[in-house]
Amino acid sequence: MKQKKKAEKITFASEKDVPMMPMSLGSMLYNKTGAWRNIRPVIDNSNCIQCGICWKFCPDVAIYIENEFPVVDYDYCKGCGICAEECPTKCIAMVEEEK
Amino acid sequence: MKKVIMGNHALSWGAQLGRAQVIAAYPITPQTQVVELLSEMCANKTLDAKFIKVESEHSAMAACIAASIAGARTFTATSAQGLALMHELLHWASGGRNPVVMGNINRAMAPGWSIWTDQNDSISQRDTGWIQFYCSSNQEVVDTVVQAFRVSEALMIPSMVILDAFALSHTYEVVDIPDQEKVDAFLPPFNPPIRLTPSAPHAFGGLTSPEHYFELRYKLQKDMEKVPDLVEQTGREYEKMFGRYLGQVEDYRCDDAELIFVTSGTAGYTARVGVDQLRQDGIKAGNLRIKMFRPFPFAKVREILPKAAKVAVVDRNISYGHHGVFYQEVKSALYGQDHNLPIFGYITGLGGRDIPPDTFKEIAHLSLAKDKPEEDITWIGVKK
Repeated sequence: MKQKKKAEKITFASEKDVPMMPMSLGSMLYNKTGAWRNIRPVIDNSNCIQCGICWKFCPDVAIYIENEFPVVDYDYCKGCGICAEECPTKCIAMVEEEK
Repeated sequence: MKKVIMGNHALSWGAQLGRAQVIAAYPITPQTQVVELLSEMCANKTLDAKFIKVESEHSAMAACIAASIAGARTFTATSAQGLALMHELLHWASGGRNPVVMGNINRAMAPGWSIWTDQNDSISQRDTGWIQFYCSSNQEVVDTVVQAFRVSEALMIPSMVILDAFALSHTYEVVDIPDQEKVDAFLPPFNPPIRLTPSAPHAFGGLTSPEHYFELRYKLQKDMEKVPDLVEQTGREYEKMFGRYLGQVEDYRCDDAELIFVTSGTAGYTARVGVDQLRQDGIKAGNLRIKMFRPFPFAKVREILPKAAKVAVVDRNISYGHHGVFYQEVKSALYGQDHNLPIFGYITGLGGRDIPPDTFKEIAHLSLAKDKPEEDITWIGVKK
């Protein structure tokens, strides 16, 4: 798995320390959008041809390549299903989340 | 090099002289020729820019913002309904501090469907955090686009260069096209302090908690407040290099005036003719054309208007349920000043109704007949 940064809230003591543009304020380190998910992608590596299409299409950059196979980061995957839709061998199943 | 060009092509020439690197635009009457000439300039390689065809104005501004974040000098142009469709992205460009420069042709908002000029399209975008310049000649359009890149990029705030539909957009005038070499000396390449690049990845425009948002907006306003001085400084620098001063306002025969008109756009040019005619009749009139509407030129307005005994603000726009917008703003700028200047508010020329010199004569006579305004809006030209 990709090395994850420690989830730490960024705070600035003075407006002078705040960057001019809204960028890299670290909000996604603690704003784990994976909680929004209703269905989760589950990858069957036995059918995976390592094409990287799921990695490329994921709009949330929540798929990493580890040991040449795709791995879903469930902290951020919102369950949109684009990876499953685009997978040429249909080896990604969208499974209902149990709440 | 002198050329006879239409106002729309003046915008295109400004973008070419400014060496815009990315152009994403969607054609709309009466702006179409801006985009047509820019696409020709790109095809002929006189302008080395990436021309991105898009399916809407919303997408045009989205593409410009992305290109700007990547560090490209970016230009687009639109009008009326197209500008309204961009509204969300206008906030993105200013909030994200992306110095996009955009031409907007002032066209009345539909319905009734209109292609003729008034200012309600750009006035409705007053609070989006864009610098707004209202031009009154094609020469001023070319020069202002070049200056706008310089001012916008120095402060990372986007600019709108605005001209009237048909009265300027389709009107041919002699324009002195500045030498490219001299423009290059005035306007160095865009080199933003922060840009989107794979070697230094950043997340732009992400979720911003109450912890930071307030300070971001404070900084935008503080930088907006630097615009008037920068416009003054770059305008003087431009004058030294090209012989034409580019200021926040243009005052015409105001020093000894008993009545000063406050105008904008091409009406601000016609007003000068009205002023000359009134003076021939023995009425000492003057004209203050507001060129930069955002940020509002408070210091200039406070310095120039109290020279007169009366002020007549001529609006080609309206805030429904309030007054003409320049009228509101002039009153607000003079509030608490050490004088009690009567300020009259006139609305005329909506939807492309002509504003001829006679309009200014009528306004002068109405204003001089009363000690102080008896109504907030006096309509000029409504059919009885």
